[in-house]
Amino acid sequence: MSAAEPLITARDLVKRFGDFTAVAGIDVDVHAGEAFGFLGPNGAGKSSTMRMIGCVSAPSGGTLRILGMDPVRDGSAIRARLGVCPQQDSLDPELTVRENLTVYARYFGISRKVARQRADELIEFVQLTERAGDTVEPLSGGMKRRLTIARALVNDPAIVLLDEPTTGLDPQARHLVWERLFQLKQRGVTLVLTTHYMDEAEQLCDRLVVMDGGKIVAEGSPRQLIDRYSTREVVELRFSEATLDSYVGKLESIGERLELLPDRILLYADDGDAAVAAVGNRDLRPSSVLVRRSTLEDVFLHLTGRTLVD
Amino acid sequence: MVTLVLPRLAARAERRFQRAAAVAGRNVAAARHVGYWWVLVSGFFEPVLYLLSIGLGVGALIKGFTLPDGRTVSYAAFVAPAMLAASAMNGALAETTMNMFGKMKYMRLYDGVLATPVQPFEVALGELMWALVRGSIYSVAFLGIMVGMGLTSTGWAIAAFPATVIVGFAFGGMGMAIATYVRSWQDFDYIMVVQFAMFLFSGTFAPVDSYAWFMRIVVEVTPLYHGVQLLRGLATGALGWGLLGHVAYLIALASVGLVIAGRRMGVLLYK
Ligand SMILES: Nc1ncnc2c1ncn2[C@@H]1O[C@H](COP(=O)(O)OP(=O)(O)OP(=O)(O)O)[C@@H](O)[C@H]1O
Ligand SMILES: [Mg+2]
Repeated sequence: MSAAEPLITARDLVKRFGDFTAVAGIDVDVHAGEAFGFLGPNGAGKSSTMRMIGCVSAPSGGTLRILGMDPVRDGSAIRARLGVCPQQDSLDPELTVRENLTVYARYFGISRKVARQRADELIEFVQLTERAGDTVEPLSGGMKRRLTIARALVNDPAIVLLDEPTTGLDPQARHLVWERLFQLKQRGVTLVLTTHYMDEAEQLCDRLVVMDGGKIVAEGSPRQLIDRYSTREVVELRFSEATLDSYVGKLESIGERLELLPDRILLYADDGDAAVAAVGNRDLRPSSVLVRRSTLEDVFLHLTGRTLVD
Repeated sequence: MVTLVLPRLAARAERRFQRAAAVAGRNVAAARHVGYWWVLVSGFFEPVLYLLSIGLGVGALIKGFTLPDGRTVSYAAFVAPAMLAASAMNGALAETTMNMFGKMKYMRLYDGVLATPVQPFEVALGELMWALVRGSIYSVAFLGIMVGMGLTSTGWAIAAFPATVIVGFAFGGMGMAIATYVRSWQDFDYIMVVQFAMFLFSGTFAPVDSYAWFMRIVVEVTPLYHGVQLLRGLATGALGWGLLGHVAYLIALASVGLVIAGRRMGVLLYK
């Protein structure tokens, strides 16, 4: 494998479950040292893709190469060099926090001594030192998630796959996970993650693809995607009347574009304040006005007509 | 050619064995936590109670028992090796069917394991290794009791021990394959019925010569019969070439079971 060859290459990758197509032909390249994201709503096919990359689910079509190998033929050899944090924690409920790491290390053929040493380092890394001797069951969701991430690192993987690493966590736990993932990124570990949080994608991903209905609808860095598919700023308008539709016509030609959501109207404009002034000039009286920068959420809304988190 | 291929095959076999051992090691770690020692002990008492009640109780009514080679032994000496085989069967089946099913369907334990280099066949092999360790503890204890009661000699008990491992291996392999077909806990009722029928009719309490010919054929294709015959031959010191036939049957059963289990786990878990 040459240095320039991507660690992961997918071409026209398909996953079918019976008649249902979960992944409908996607092309992806992930390079060494990159943090790559799959952003998309429920059912977009993110986990199905991650499971194929993790070599625990065989592609139904197309080609997939990981670390220069074929996932169907060399699954075991590829998995030896991956760290996997699945969407559902698959921790061993009968073991303690530390044993979950030492036992898992043994599956990779790591010696007992090295396993113990790694376990202690990783427990420290994810801040579970106080709980090291407790069984897993009573741990909070955030602690389990951190342990699952620690477990994914036990074999010093070339690629870490994280399927929704922070879904269901409270903001504090989420920030701790982000911090840790950021540290991994700084060490040059290749990260592949899925999320339906745009802030997570913006913070962590160098490059990402937006998935919807099993297809990739856009690709680029968070910045590029925002530049390409949205304006610099967004004005969020709320009105006290329930019928927002009636305002759509009245707001015509302010900014570049308008999106009508159930509870608010979004005006896309490079200069938000100018747009707000224009709204004032038309004598419309919004109950609240917010000017903010465009995010990936706006990109997604523009591309699919839907919001990410429903 | 051979010099190149053999070491590579050996290295691969060793890696596979190590990964299976890691799966077994997981169970050793878990055994320390979940009050497992009670399960270990309870699995041992059942056959001992049968031996005491039937072997000694019924044995008091039956004078002696003539073996095919003409020697006469007590009824308890005739029944005890069968109890040993049954205990090896029960232990191996409990460990593999129930526990494998629970781990696969409810604990979803293997989802995590199969994301590592460990392959389904190695999981099956590792679980079987653990079942054998556990079964061996029962067997040694039971053989000790047989020696203590004068139902076999120390020498024949030592000879019978590896045979109990083979019996456990066979039922463990079979149990694992069955576990992959179980849909819900209700299905275990069927397994229990079959298990109990085998326990009653595998030449356990009476020689199969006393059965009608068609019953005999049915009994002779089921696995416990071969376990009972093998252990009875060894424990009573009645050796014969037929014992090798029983060994071959049991090892074949174990191998087929393991391969099926590995394949089915792959199908079920690599979706
Ligand atoms: N084993 C399976 N059998 C049948 N259908 C499946 C299976 N796994 C996933 N699907 C279907 O494939 C589609 C994509 O699922 P997938 O889990 O990949 O989505 P996702 O993007 O990860 O969604 P989420 O954000 O909810 O995790 C869904 O409609 C799902 O119901
Ligand atoms: Mg998912």
